[in-house]
Amino acid sequence: MVETQLRFRTDEPVGDPAVTVDSFGEQTNAAAVRVEPGDDARDLIPHLDRIKLVEVNFPVFGDGRGYSAARILREAGYTGELRAVGDVLVDQLAYLRRCGFDSFAPERELNLADAEAALARYAEVYQPTTDGRTPIWAKRHG
Amino acid sequence: MYQYDTYDQAMVDARVADFRDQVRRRLDGSMSEEQFRPLRLMNGLYLQLHAYMLRVAVPYGTLSGAQMHMLGDIADKYDRGYGHFTTRQNIQYNWIKLEDAGDILADLATVEMHAIQTSGNCIRNTTSDQYAGAIADEVVDPRPYAELIRQWSTFHPEFSFLPRKFKMAVIASDTDRAAMRLHDIGIQIVRNAAGELGAAFYVGGGMGRTPMIAPLINACVPLDQIIPYSEACLRVYNRHGRRDNKYKARIKILVHELGKDEYTRQVEAEFAHLLTQNIEPPLAELERIKLQFADPAFEGGISDTLDRSDPDFALWVDNNTHVHKQPGYRVVTISLKPVGGIPGDASADQMRLMAKLAKDYSFDELRVTHAQNIVLPHVQKAELYTLWQQLDAAGLGSANLDKIGDIIACPGLDYCSLANARSIPVAQKISERFAAREQQIGELKLKISGCINACGHHHAGHIGILGVDRKGVENYQLLLGGSEGADTSLGTITGPGFDEDGIVDAIDKATDVYLANKSGEERFLDTYRRIGMAPFKDAIYAKEPVNG
Amino acid sequence: MKILTGNDLKSGAVTWWDGADWSLHIEQAADVGERGEEIAARENAARRVLAPYVIDGAQTPDGPRPAHIKDRIRALGPTVRLDLSLKPADPAAGNWVI
Repeated sequence: MVETQLRFRTDEPVGDPAVTVDSFGEQTNAAAVRVEPGDDARDLIPHLDRIKLVEVNFPVFGDGRGYSAARILREAGYTGELRAVGDVLVDQLAYLRRCGFDSFAPERELNLADAEAALARYAEVYQPTTDGRTPIWAKRHG
Repeated sequence: MYQYDTYDQAMVDARVADFRDQVRRRLDGSMSEEQFRPLRLMNGLYLQLHAYMLRVAVPYGTLSGAQMHMLGDIADKYDRGYGHFTTRQNIQYNWIKLEDAGDILADLATVEMHAIQTSGNCIRNTTSDQYAGAIADEVVDPRPYAELIRQWSTFHPEFSFLPRKFKMAVIASDTDRAAMRLHDIGIQIVRNAAGELGAAFYVGGGMGRTPMIAPLINACVPLDQIIPYSEACLRVYNRHGRRDNKYKARIKILVHELGKDEYTRQVEAEFAHLLTQNIEPPLAELERIKLQFADPAFEGGISDTLDRSDPDFALWVDNNTHVHKQPGYRVVTISLKPVGGIPGDASADQMRLMAKLAKDYSFDELRVTHAQNIVLPHVQKAELYTLWQQLDAAGLGSANLDKIGDIIACPGLDYCSLANARSIPVAQKISERFAAREQQIGELKLKISGCINACGHHHAGHIGILGVDRKGVENYQLLLGGSEGADTSLGTITGPGFDEDGIVDAIDKATDVYLANKSGEERFLDTYRRIGMAPFKDAIYAKEPVNG
Repeated sequence: MKILTGNDLKSGAVTWWDGADWSLHIEQAADVGERGEEIAARENAARRVLAPYVIDGAQTPDGPRPAHIKDRIRALGPTVRLDLSLKPADPAAGNWVI
């Protein structure tokens, strides 16, 4: 298993093997699921109460479907761990965090100093997401 | 015009630091070119034929004198003394060094400019009507809506790795001056039957190898829901747009393959969901932005007459100025298409002169047009003559707006690594061939692309030219009958292609057919639409008569 | 002949492999034979070149000539701005690319 290099949660990491979205509905004892780019994250919404870990796979960093999958799950109220795996690079981290990812297990090692700098770089955001950051327009009219 | 507050400024300042750090990691080897490429592209830095090219955003084509002045200074300081204004209202520099890119961005940030998302598979610079705020035929000034979209689309966390690039345009006039329906999303601000303002969404237009005219998917989205509606359009695209084939990855293919109705159904479902997420900026934010686009302090009661005694000046006024909503003013278009010149290119000195003229005569405001010209939106009629003399002395006085010499041309194979053939030399030959006849020929929009990507909008030209590579030799296909206004249509290829001189001859024959068949005040396009392709084709491909 | 070309990572300038180093001048391009890919990989890894690739060319009395017009334009500069090309003093330089 690929090591989690960054984690922004205080609860115990889930060790369960992640099953596919297709089989998750039948495997009623499974608590971890892996979302591939072509999967419909909304298929998981009926089962959110028993999911503790969602891994979203980025086979290539340019395939951005996982960003929508993450937001859909967070918007549906999912509060468990949301882990980005695969071709996850330093300059994607800030976007991924904003979409709701709270752990990162990239297949290539991140330079943690570069990662921290990238995550801290933008003090302000234009868009609200479920990450709770206040968008600029809300500050202007706060 | 819009001015940054501390938040907007912090954003572009952070971007400078961000990009400097990315360049550092590329140069020190922590990042491969494969990883760096999408990052530099999202900041408008391409590798072209001769060097890096930097594309700087001019949001909705509006800029101040200070901004235009800075564009000139950057051309001198970091490039070779000129820049190229593009069909997306941006400017490109052709000779940029990677090491200088951070410094250029820092200079741009001092005048509230940037290169954010001017390339890459993300939401690009939002374009608009170059006459916005200056003419009477608009419902409202469309630019506040474009600014709202600019902010929403900047570093959008979900939509920065889309299947393909994404271009939006916002207009507010039935006279479409922004090729709105040839965009991934075209928005027209409209007033509905009840008198309320709303946004009509056209989705899935575009040029490229599969040109399509965007269908209307929602006739009147409430003004405070433009952002969630856009977000819904993008989310459906991000999730379901094709990623298996680069050439089928634009949203137009998704809309086409799903069908307009099914795409719309999915968008409406996503929209209903997003309305529960409180992501829309309040109307107060729109009002805040609108205040910054308030009319400048026009003088009332000034003379509305013009001394036309200088015939060259009168010709320029008739061709290159447009009626203004305020009596006593005109909208001026500065042609960047001198005879034999490079369409859209301006020297650093010319940029600084235009900046000064904007300060002196146009409330410090300029616009870039998608036809690669520059607009001074608010000029008093009484000052037109002085203005024109200064333009003319600097090689900016061509009286050819919308004439055959006002050619849109992409950089082509002289600069672009994607091109198959050169565009600029063809444009130069055409403008020279027809210079003496262009007033007689009248309105004729001629557009040249050096490859199928159609940056030169050849599909939408009354006459379009597409450069192709035929066994290593440049070859040019001719299209007739395209348009990008309110009457948007796509051109049809006449037949076999031509070499560089042959294409100029073919256009000569086509304009002869037009002049011979023209009825009344018909433009070239009108005559073509009335008489069809056949007479043009017959003339263009006729065998030369054999005689002694 | 086979010619190895690319761009300089820092400046973006078009460069040609001259057998030992990168040159700005096509006249100095070496015939890399079958070794193009190997040199390209090595130089790319060392960050001495950007986006290197091997092209076909011909040895002519005027020096190496790339087979494709795109690389001939890369070698010269924009034909519409010969003042900025590598042959600013030769008004007929553009004919070489055709």
